[in-house]
Amino acid sequence: MSITRRIALATGLAVSLMGTTALAQDNVRIALVAKSLGNGFFEAAARGAEEAAEELGNVEIIYTGPTSTTAEGQIEVINSLIAQRVDAIAISANDPDAVVPALKKAMQRGITVISWDSGVAPEGREMHLAPSSDALIGQTIIKLAADQLPEGGKVAVLSATSTSTNQNTWIAEMEKVMGDYPNIELVATVYGDDLADKSYRETQGLLQSYPDLDAIIAPTSVGIVAAAQAVQDAGKVGEVNVTGLGLPSEMAGAIESGASKSFAIWNPVDLGYATAMLAYNLATDEAEAEPGAEIGMGRMGTATLDENGQAAMSEPFTYDASNIEEFKSVF
Amino acid sequence: MSRFVKSREAILLAAIVALIALVETRFTGFAAPGNLARVFNDTSILIILALGQTLVILTRCIDLSQASNLALTGMVTAMLNAAHPGIPVVVLIAVAVALGLLMGAFNGLLVWKLDIPPIVVTLGTLTIYRGIIFVVSGGAWVNSHEMSAAYKAFPRADILSLPVMSWICIAVIAAFAVGVNRTALGRALYAVGGNPGAAVYTGIDVGRTRFWAFVIAGGLAGLCGYLWVSRYAVAYTDVAGGFELDIVAACVIGGISISGGLGTVTGAVLGALFLGTIKNALPVAGISPFWQMAISGAAIIVAVTFNRRRAPGRVILKEAAA
Repeated sequence: MSITRRIALATGLAVSLMGTTALAQDNVRIALVAKSLGNGFFEAAARGAEEAAEELGNVEIIYTGPTSTTAEGQIEVINSLIAQRVDAIAISANDPDAVVPALKKAMQRGITVISWDSGVAPEGREMHLAPSSDALIGQTIIKLAADQLPEGGKVAVLSATSTSTNQNTWIAEMEKVMGDYPNIELVATVYGDDLADKSYRETQGLLQSYPDLDAIIAPTSVGIVAAAQAVQDAGKVGEVNVTGLGLPSEMAGAIESGASKSFAIWNPVDLGYATAMLAYNLATDEAEAEPGAEIGMGRMGTATLDENGQAAMSEPFTYDASNIEEFKSVF
Repeated sequence: MSRFVKSREAILLAAIVALIALVETRFTGFAAPGNLARVFNDTSILIILALGQTLVILTRCIDLSQASNLALTGMVTAMLNAAHPGIPVVVLIAVAVALGLLMGAFNGLLVWKLDIPPIVVTLGTLTIYRGIIFVVSGGAWVNSHEMSAAYKAFPRADILSLPVMSWICIAVIAAFAVGVNRTALGRALYAVGGNPGAAVYTGIDVGRTRFWAFVIAGGLAGLCGYLWVSRYAVAYTDVAGGFELDIVAACVIGGISISGGLGTVTGAVLGALFLGTIKNALPVAGISPFWQMAISGAAIIVAVTFNRRRAPGRVILKEAAA
C-alpha cells in the first residue's frame, strides 16, 4: 500500500470516527475546571453545576482539575479538554496569566471559555463570574449585624491588616450604606493582622473599651474565629454578636456556642450552578459575552457584564444555626 | 538594696509600672488587679518561650525555630484530639512536650555535633518545622468544633481565681529561678556564654551544654504549642507566624545579652511582661495601628541602648581582654 493511500485511509477513518462521535453527542459538554481536586469548595461547586445540568437536560458536566493548585497542572487539563473537544470550559484559575495561552488556543478551536471564582486575564476568557462584588459584600456585612439589632446599637469592625486592599474596600462600601441603618453606630475599626493572637487581643480591647458593644463585624476568616473565641472567653455570648465573612467549617463552633448568630460567604453550590448556566448560554449562542450584556443564570437571576467582561453573581450567602450542619463538612 | 535599685531589672520594672500608669490615664480600669491578671495570662506563653530562649542566648546561641516548633506541636495535638477525642489532655500535653524536646534536640545536635552556626541551623529548622505542618495537615485547619471540650477547657480552668495557663507559667518561672541559679547546668550556661574557651578548661562540655539549652527551649515551645492552640481554639499552618522575633525581643528588652553569658530569669520575665503590657495596652489606648509597630520597635532599641551602657552584672568567667 502506498504511503499516500495509507494517509488518505487513515484520514478517512479519523473523519468518519469524528463524524460518529459528533452525531452521538448532541449534549452540550461543559468542563468545570477546579483549582485542585479534593477541595470541598469545588466539590460543592460541581454539585451545583450538576444541578444546572439536570435542569437544562441536554448538558454533560465534566468536573476536572489538577491534583495540586498549580497553573502547570491546569494547562495540562485544558489541553486534554481541547483534545476532547468540549463545548465550554469554565475555570477557576490558579494564575490569571499563565493559563491564558492554553485558553486562547481553546477559544480558537471554537470552545466557549469563561472564568469563575478566581479570574483569568480578559484576553484569556469571554467573561468572568465573580462570586460577589465589593459593594454587595459591604452591604451584607452591615446587614448581618443590623438584622440582629432591631433596636439599634454599637458595632465595631475587626479587620485584617490596615493595608489590606479588599478589607478596606469592603469596609468603605459598608460605610457608604451606614445611612440606611440610622440606629447603628460604628464605634471603632481595629486591625488583627490576620493573626489569631492579635485578633483575639484586639477583640478583648474592644470589649473593654466599649462595654456596651453589641456586635463585632470581622470580614476576615482568621479574625472572625478569634473574635468569636474572645467573646466566648469573656463570657459575653448573647451580649456581643460576632459576624462577618467566614467559612462554615471554621465557624461551626462559634455558631454552636452562640458567639456568632450568623455570618456570610459565597455559596459554592450556587456559584457552580450559575457558572454552568452561563457556560451553557454562551456555548449554545443564546447570549453573547460583551460589555453590558445580560446573561441568564437560571434561578440565580441574570449576570450583567461590566466593561471588563466581569459580572457578580449575588450577595454572599448567609449561614446560621439552620444550615451550618449541612455546610460545615463541605468547605 | 541599692544594688537592686540601680539594676536593669529595677529600671524595667519601673518602666512597666510607668507604662501601666500611663495607660490607666487614657483608659480607666487597665491597672485594676483583674485586668493585670488578664494581661499576665495573655503574656504567659511569651514568658515561657522567652525563658527557654534565655537559656539558649546565654550560651551565645539563638533559637529562631521556637514559633515553628510551637505551631507544629500545636497542630499535631489538635489533629490527635480531633481524630481521637478520647485521649486525655494530660497525654496530649506529654506528646506536645516530647515532640518539642525532639525538635529542640535536633537543633541542639546540629549545633553540637556538626558545629553549624545556631542562627543558620534554626533558620533552617524554622522553615522545616513550618513545612511539616503543611505536610501533616494538608493545609487544612483544625477548628474549634472539632476539638474536644476538655482540650479547650484545660488552660482556662480556674484555680484560686487564676487560669491554669497562668499557673503553668508561674511554675515554669519558679523552676527556672531554681534551675538557672542553683544547678550545675545553670552555672554552666553562664560559663559557656561568658567565655567558651575558659569553660572548656574548667571541665565544661560547651557543645553538650548548648545541646541541653536547645532541648529545654524546644520542650517549652512544645508545651506552648498545646497552650496556644487550646487558647485560640484554632490550628492552622501560620499559627504564631513571626512570633520568634517577639521572643527574641522580649529577651533583649529583658537584658539578656545577645553575645551570651549575661542576663537573669527576672530580666527575661520582665522583658516579656513589658512587651505583653504594650501589646495589651495599645488596643485599649486607642493608638493608630500604624503607630503600634513603631512603638514596639522603639521600645526594643531603647532597651538595647540601656544594655550597652550598663556595667556587666554577672560574669562567671571573664574574657582575657575584658
